[in-house]
Amino acid sequence: MQKKFDRGVERTRWLAGITVFAVLGLVGLLANPYVISLMTIVLLFTFLGQSWNLMLGIGGQLSIGHALFVGLGAYSVGVLYVRYGISPWVGLLTGMILAGSVGASIAWLSFRFEVRGIYFALLTIAAAEFARIMFSGWEFVGAMQGLFFPAPSGGIEISMLRGDARFYYFVALALAALGIIGTEFISRSYLGYVWRAMRDDESAARALGVRTFQHKILVISLSAAMAAAGGGVLALVQGSIFPDSIMGMGLSVDVLIGPVVGGLGTTFGPLVGSLAAIPLNHLMSALGDSLRIPGLNNITYGVVLISVVWFLPDGIWPAIVRLCKAIQAPPTAWLWHSRKVEE
Amino acid sequence: MTTLLEVENLSRSFGGLVAVKDVSFSLRAGRITALIGPNGAGKTTCFNLVAGALKPTSGRVLFEGRQIDNSPPETVCRMGIARTFQIVRPMREMSVLENAMIGAFSWTRNVSEARSKAYESLESVGLAAKAHARTDQLTLPDRKMLETAKALSTRPKLLLLDEVMAGLRPTEAAGIVGVLQKLAEGGLTILLVEHVMRIVMEVASRVVVLHHGAKIAEGPPGEVVADPKVLESYLGAGFHV
Repeated sequence: MQKKFDRGVERTRWLAGITVFAVLGLVGLLANPYVISLMTIVLLFTFLGQSWNLMLGIGGQLSIGHALFVGLGAYSVGVLYVRYGISPWVGLLTGMILAGSVGASIAWLSFRFEVRGIYFALLTIAAAEFARIMFSGWEFVGAMQGLFFPAPSGGIEISMLRGDARFYYFVALALAALGIIGTEFISRSYLGYVWRAMRDDESAARALGVRTFQHKILVISLSAAMAAAGGGVLALVQGSIFPDSIMGMGLSVDVLIGPVVGGLGTTFGPLVGSLAAIPLNHLMSALGDSLRIPGLNNITYGVVLISVVWFLPDGIWPAIVRLCKAIQAPPTAWLWHSRKVEE
Repeated sequence: MTTLLEVENLSRSFGGLVAVKDVSFSLRAGRITALIGPNGAGKTTCFNLVAGALKPTSGRVLFEGRQIDNSPPETVCRMGIARTFQIVRPMREMSVLENAMIGAFSWTRNVSEARSKAYESLESVGLAAKAHARTDQLTLPDRKMLETAKALSTRPKLLLLDEVMAGLRPTEAAGIVGVLQKLAEGGLTILLVEHVMRIVMEVASRVVVLHHGAKIAEGPPGEVVADPKVLESYLGAGFHV
């Protein structure tokens, strides 16, 4: 009986996922350029948020310096493309390997010396700030003046990952889909179980044979590599890289807003959170400009974030699911249920 | 009968405090041994030394002839020693079944294999019907049994139980006694730290008594409770079973 139920849930889950991405696909085909560019950022931050979510929401390791990995990805793509004309595909791969190794090294050093929890989080900030300052003074990567991609020729070149805004929208959509499917896949594999056990109680997990040292390094380097891939595409979309924006504290915070607002540790949280937070920020910023109230976006943003943390501490997505459960709407109720219990 | 675990002259001090002092004992395969003593006698420290959660100051712990006292807990677990915690520690955000699955990942990466092992472990402690419950819906005796099921999923040869009966009513404890006896009949070796003397008398075939960190008696429960040193330091003069 259990099995049969599982299969039904599985089918509905897939159906809903496909519907969401079909709608997002239609947006890409039909929407105006403003919506396209806004949604590109939303989808990129869905993916970046997913990388952060994997690390904290599933692996239990807090990073407040994800900008480091995003920046390494961006610079790998930028330097190889702008200086040597090497395809961004190679840049993305390089960035992922580089960020993955840097993440693994930070994790190894930290956990080797029993630095964990909030102290590890402080270390990630320090590493990101160190890199930002280093890149700010490094002429080869453009220092403070930044690195600029040549203006796109107009046509779409898949081999060079170059194209117009709509092309990048679909690249971002593909990344977001990959992020969600990948997280779902990992979450159901033995890694997901072991990581969640490690997140909930590290010493209890060790007593059950979980090699937490190795698993922490693994989850952090995987998260870092994902963040680097997102960073590489973000750089291409923006057309320029500046150390203060791509490696700054601000970006580290932007990365974590999606999953925190949407629902930490859930597969759809980063998407829901980014969809809610980023357009709001842009809207308020535009409103602030036209009403001549500078900083309106920051104030609204702050108020909304505090409200979410205060009233929906586990995020918007779990709240939506609870609401659907309350009004007996099974099509969405299973989504959360299966996430928390069993597939 | 073969010796599964050997503890040789084990000592551990925390700063100036000697918590365990020159303790030696051995565990026979397939038996239930109890580690008893008054509060602060060093039972839990001794237990943690065997489980790899603490390193001894001196002395050795041998499991199947191999020295394990320098190994971290995850390695000790993978060698075949599983433990429970005195304060129950379910993974809060995971279901009962998922909790019981974690231990199985010490020997398999196959999720459905882990799931069927978890069902089997839950079955053997009588929790199978609550497999899909959340852990915060469980009663205290059920949580204690979940701890045991989690440990059983690692396929241990030796099971270390830290006060599984503490805080339980006599009828609840009786249920657990039945579970332990069944496990021992299945060939599992069990070391339990226990306060409830009545239960120790019932399930243990051997008892080790600690007092101020040192071993003061060892033997079958009937002999140990008659030992004047044990009576004086722990059970109190005039103790009758």
